[in-house]
Amino acid sequence: MDFKDYYATLGVERGAKLDEIKRAYRKLARKYHPDVSKEPDAEARFKEVGEAYEVLKDPEKRRAYDQLGADWQAGQEFRPPPGSGPGQYYYSSGGPDVGAEQFGGFSDFFETLFGRGGAAGARSRGAQDFRYQPGPMRGEDQHARIQISLEDAFNGASRTLEVRSPSTGKRNIRVAIPRGVTAGQRIRLSGQGAPGQHGGAAGDLFLEVTFEPHPIFEAEGRNVLLTLPVAPWEAALGETVGVPTLGGKVELKIPAGSQSGRRLRLKGRGLPGSPPGDQIVKLRIDTPPADTSFARTLYEEMRSKMPFNPRRDIGG
Amino acid sequence: MTRDELDIIMGQLLDESLEFELAEFCRVCQANEDFVAALVAEGVIEPRGDERTHWRFTGRSVRRTQVAVRLHHDLDVNLPGVALALDLLEEIERLQR
Repeated sequence: MDFKDYYATLGVERGAKLDEIKRAYRKLARKYHPDVSKEPDAEARFKEVGEAYEVLKDPEKRRAYDQLGADWQAGQEFRPPPGSGPGQYYYSSGGPDVGAEQFGGFSDFFETLFGRGGAAGARSRGAQDFRYQPGPMRGEDQHARIQISLEDAFNGASRTLEVRSPSTGKRNIRVAIPRGVTAGQRIRLSGQGAPGQHGGAAGDLFLEVTFEPHPIFEAEGRNVLLTLPVAPWEAALGETVGVPTLGGKVELKIPAGSQSGRRLRLKGRGLPGSPPGDQIVKLRIDTPPADTSFARTLYEEMRSKMPFNPRRDIGG
Repeated sequence: MTRDELDIIMGQLLDESLEFELAEFCRVCQANEDFVAALVAEGVIEPRGDERTHWRFTGRSVRRTQVAVRLHHDLDVNLPGVALALDLLEEIERLQR
């Protein structure tokens, strides 16, 4: 077990006053709050900062922690002094062994010093007055992201996930991905979160859906966007062409006189739902290369026989 | 048990079509009724139905409420601050899409 330097975690001196500690904590808590922060390790950092504050804001815990001495370095292998056991340094008035994992999981280092009950008085969400539940304690909700393909969102699918919990270890669950789910939507799996304490119910697992990048489609809510390359003569003269959709190929009539960027709507061909989304087809005119003498001759003939200035409207 | 033998768990899709009564909504969000009522009064979430006893919350309100609970608790943000933070977070998310 590594020693944790709580002062370094909060970026304060060992002799820091309580208001300095509080200020440092508030600043870091805002920076690493998982709902606000974009830092990749935000949740872990937020917990570290919370644990450090839990100890340093409490004079009794801080004194016990300081008694360990200033010789320890962060990350150094830590062994408790002989004869000490969990909770040796601090006994919480909050009752014994109130599951620390309910409170966001304090470290082994913290539990060695203060016991699991040391977290019972923590300013933790589970113990907050407006959510406090006496008696059996419900397990913590867990949150995760699940990345699926657009095809899976269109057809519906199932995914096997590995769920980890400190008390029950790893287990696999197989989850249905409902047809028509969109990016950013969440799926609630009742009772699949962390196990409860003292006979309490398990928490829920919330999965936020994200889409894998697709080679040709892009989703916007239930609508699906496709950029469709067309030949200049198809755009100028009109043409019926085959267009891929998530449900298979369909025919699309390109109106004569279309320009690059024109958007055409295939109603109801997006992701399913009530109402279903549309597929939006954005035209992109691709010009054939002038890489043969014949092609060059044709382009030169167009230039001489079809006066056309595409920059007329912008004074070019 | 192999992966293929696992039972498929059907979840609830938290969208506009899903509705919760107040008690169930509080259970899902792990918030008490007074806190939810305060969020409604602040305009953070908007239930269907006029009276508190008839309130129905959509699945989309779950996320706002859960984040509100965490911000209020973890950062000591008051309710107008929670409302502002939620709107700004959603605006950032929209701009990043």
